[in-house]
Amino acid sequence: MSARYGMVIDLDRCTGCGSCMIACAADNNVPVLPKATARTGLTPLLVRKVSNALEGTARREAFIPIMCMHCEHETPCVTVCPQQAVEVDKATGIVMQMPQRCLGCRYCMTACPYHARYFNWWDPAWPAGMEKSLNPGVAVRMRGVVEKCNMCHARLHSAQEKAAALGKREIDPADYVPACVEACPTAAIRFGNLADKNDPVSQEAHSPNAFRFLARLGTEPKLYYKSSEAWVRALAESASGPVPENKSSEKKLAEVQHG
Amino acid sequence: MASTALTGSSLTDGNLSDKNLPDKKWIPRDANRTSLPRFLLWLAPWAALLALGIYAAGLCLYYGLNQTNMDNRFAFGLWIFLDLGVIALGAGAFFTGFLVYILKRAELRPILNTAVVVGFICYSGAVGILGIDVGQPLRFWFTFWHPNTHSMLTEVTFCISCYLVVLCLEYIPILLRNRQLRKLPSFLVFEHQLHKLVPVLAGVGTLLSFFHQGSLGGLYGVLRGRPFAFRQGIFIWPSTFFLFILSAIATGPSFLMLVTAAVERVTNKQLVPRDLFRRLGFISGVLLGVYVAAKSIDTLIWLNITSPSAGFAAWQYYIYKPFGTPILFVEIVLFGLLPAFLLTYHRTAAHRGWLLSAAALACCGVLLNRFVLTVQTLALPTLAFDEFLHYTPSWQEVASFGGVLAWGVIVYSLSYRYLPMFAPLKGEDTHVSGD
Repeated sequence: MSARYGMVIDLDRCTGCGSCMIACAADNNVPVLPKATARTGLTPLLVRKVSNALEGTARREAFIPIMCMHCEHETPCVTVCPQQAVEVDKATGIVMQMPQRCLGCRYCMTACPYHARYFNWWDPAWPAGMEKSLNPGVAVRMRGVVEKCNMCHARLHSAQEKAAALGKREIDPADYVPACVEACPTAAIRFGNLADKNDPVSQEAHSPNAFRFLARLGTEPKLYYKSSEAWVRALAESASGPVPENKSSEKKLAEVQHG
Repeated sequence: MASTALTGSSLTDGNLSDKNLPDKKWIPRDANRTSLPRFLLWLAPWAALLALGIYAAGLCLYYGLNQTNMDNRFAFGLWIFLDLGVIALGAGAFFTGFLVYILKRAELRPILNTAVVVGFICYSGAVGILGIDVGQPLRFWFTFWHPNTHSMLTEVTFCISCYLVVLCLEYIPILLRNRQLRKLPSFLVFEHQLHKLVPVLAGVGTLLSFFHQGSLGGLYGVLRGRPFAFRQGIFIWPSTFFLFILSAIATGPSFLMLVTAAVERVTNKQLVPRDLFRRLGFISGVLLGVYVAAKSIDTLIWLNITSPSAGFAAWQYYIYKPFGTPILFVEIVLFGLLPAFLLTYHRTAAHRGWLLSAAALACCGVLLNRFVLTVQTLALPTLAFDEFLHYTPSWQEVASFGGVLAWGVIVYSLSYRYLPMFAPLKGEDTHVSGD
C-alpha cells in the first residue's frame, strides 16, 4: 500500500529555536560555506520569522519552518525538470531530487513558489575534522546541482532495510522519523502518513486551524501548518497581494488582521 | 578604434594596392574591401572583448556559478534574459528561409545570407552561454538520454540543438563559396549538393524554430507556482507559447533590417535593393500588429481570470518600482502598436529613418518582453511574507555576454569580408560585392 508522507507543523508550538535546521543540516551533510549569504546558502529547512507589526502588548510573532512542500498535484519542479532528476515517489509521495542526474539548470528553482530549493554555488566543504562527523548514509552533493528536503530519505532506507531484515513488507512508522521532527523540542513538527485516515497527523491536517501555503495554486502540498492565530492563517494565501517594497511585510500582515 | 572605422572613411575603400590587401585572393572577386590593417584594427577591440568574455566564462566554469550574482531566488539572471532576447532576434533566419523557400518570396533572397549568418551568431552565442549557465555542463547529454517529455526545457534543448546544426548546414554553403575554398573540387561538389538541400533545411528549420520559440515562451507560461508568468492556453501549450512565436517572427525581419543597415553604414555601401527594407518592414509591421492584438487579449485574460483564480490580485504585481504599469504601456503601445503602425503606414515606411527607428522600437519591444518575463517573474514575491528582490549581474555575467556580442561582430565581419554575402545590385555599383 502506498503512503503519502506529510507533516503538520504547529506554529503555536514553534519557538524558532532552529533545532530543526541544525538537525536537518547535520543529518543530510549540508556543507558549511563561509562565503554563502542568506540568498546563496544551503538551508533545506529554513525557519522564518513573521509578526503582526503591532507594538506593545498587541504585538505577536510567529516562526514558520519552510521546506519543500512535497506538492502532490502537477508538482511544479517535477514537470519542468528536463532530465527527470526530480520525481514524486509513487510509494511515498515524497518529491525526490537526484543530484547525480541534475544538470544544474535551476529551472526547478524558478518553478518552486516556496523558494524551497537550493543550488550548490560552491564546492561542498566543512571545517577541518568536521568531515569525520558526516552521515555515511547520505551522499554529499557536488557543486552545480540543486538540492532540497527529501524528508530524510536515508532514514526511510534504513527503516526499509530493517523491515526487510525482519521479513516485513511494511516499515514500522516508529522507524522512519525525519531529523527535524525528531529534533524539535516542542514537538511542533509532526510527521505521518496522510493517506492513512487513522494516522493522527492525517487527522490533524484536517483540523479547523490547519492550512497550507498557496493552496489555491492547486499543487496539493503535503505540508500542513496549524495556528490558532487568525493573522498567521491569513498568511497562507497571497490573496491580499504581494507586499510593497516600501512597506514591511509585518505592516501588511497587520492590515490583513484588521481587515 | 572602432569608431574610427565607423565614422571615418568606410571599411570599403577602392583602389587599394595589393600590398594593403595581402588577403586579396580570399576576398570575393570584384568585391571592394578595406585594407587588411584597417580591418584588423576594426577587429581588435572586439577580439579584446571576446578574450575578456572567454576569461569570465572560464572563471565561471572553473570556480563555479558563485562568480555570478545569481542566487537561490534569482536562479535565472542576465544570461537567460539575453539568451531569450537573441534567440528572438535571430528568428529572422528561419523566418526569411520560410518566406523565400516555402512561400516563394524570391524578392527577399538578397537578405538570405545575412539572415543565416545572424541566425548562426545568435544561436551559437545563446548555446555557448547556456553551456556556462548550467551548473554541470558536462551533463548536457543527460537531457537527450533521460528526457522529460513534459518539460518545456526538454523541447527547447532538443530544438535549439537541432536548429543550430541546421544553421551550420545552411552556413556551410555560404562559407564554401569563398574563392579559395571553391578551388577544391570536393568542396565545390559538397557545396553544390548541400545547396540543393537548403530548401529542405529551411523547412526543417522552420519546424524546429516554431517549436523552440514557442517552448521558450512556454518555459515561463507553465510555471504554475509563479502566477505572474503562468498563463492558460490551448491544449498543452500556454498562451506565451504562441506569443513568443509571433513576437519572434515579427521582430526577426526588423532585426535583419537593422543589421543590414548597420553594415551599410559601416561599409558606406548600398548592399540590398532599396525596396527590400520596405518589404521586410511591412511583414514585420503586420505581424507585430497581430502580436499586439494577441498580447493585449492575453493580458486582459491574465489580469482578470488567470491570476485572480490563483489567489493573486494581478494589478499588485505593478506596485514595485521600476516595474510599474507604465511597463505594460511601453511594451504594448510604445514598442508594439507604434512600430507596427510606422512599419506599415506607407508614408512612414517610405522614409528610411522612420523605418529603421520603428524596427529598433520593435526589437526593444521583444527584449523588454523577455526581460519582464525572466527578471520580473523572479523578483516578485509569491509567499505573503516574501520580499521583492533586486539583482545586479556580476562583471563575469556581463563580460561573458559581451564576449557573445564580440563573437557576433567578428563572425559577421569575417563573413562579410571573405564571403559573397550580398549579390551585386542591378544597376548599382557592381563593385559592392562579388561572387
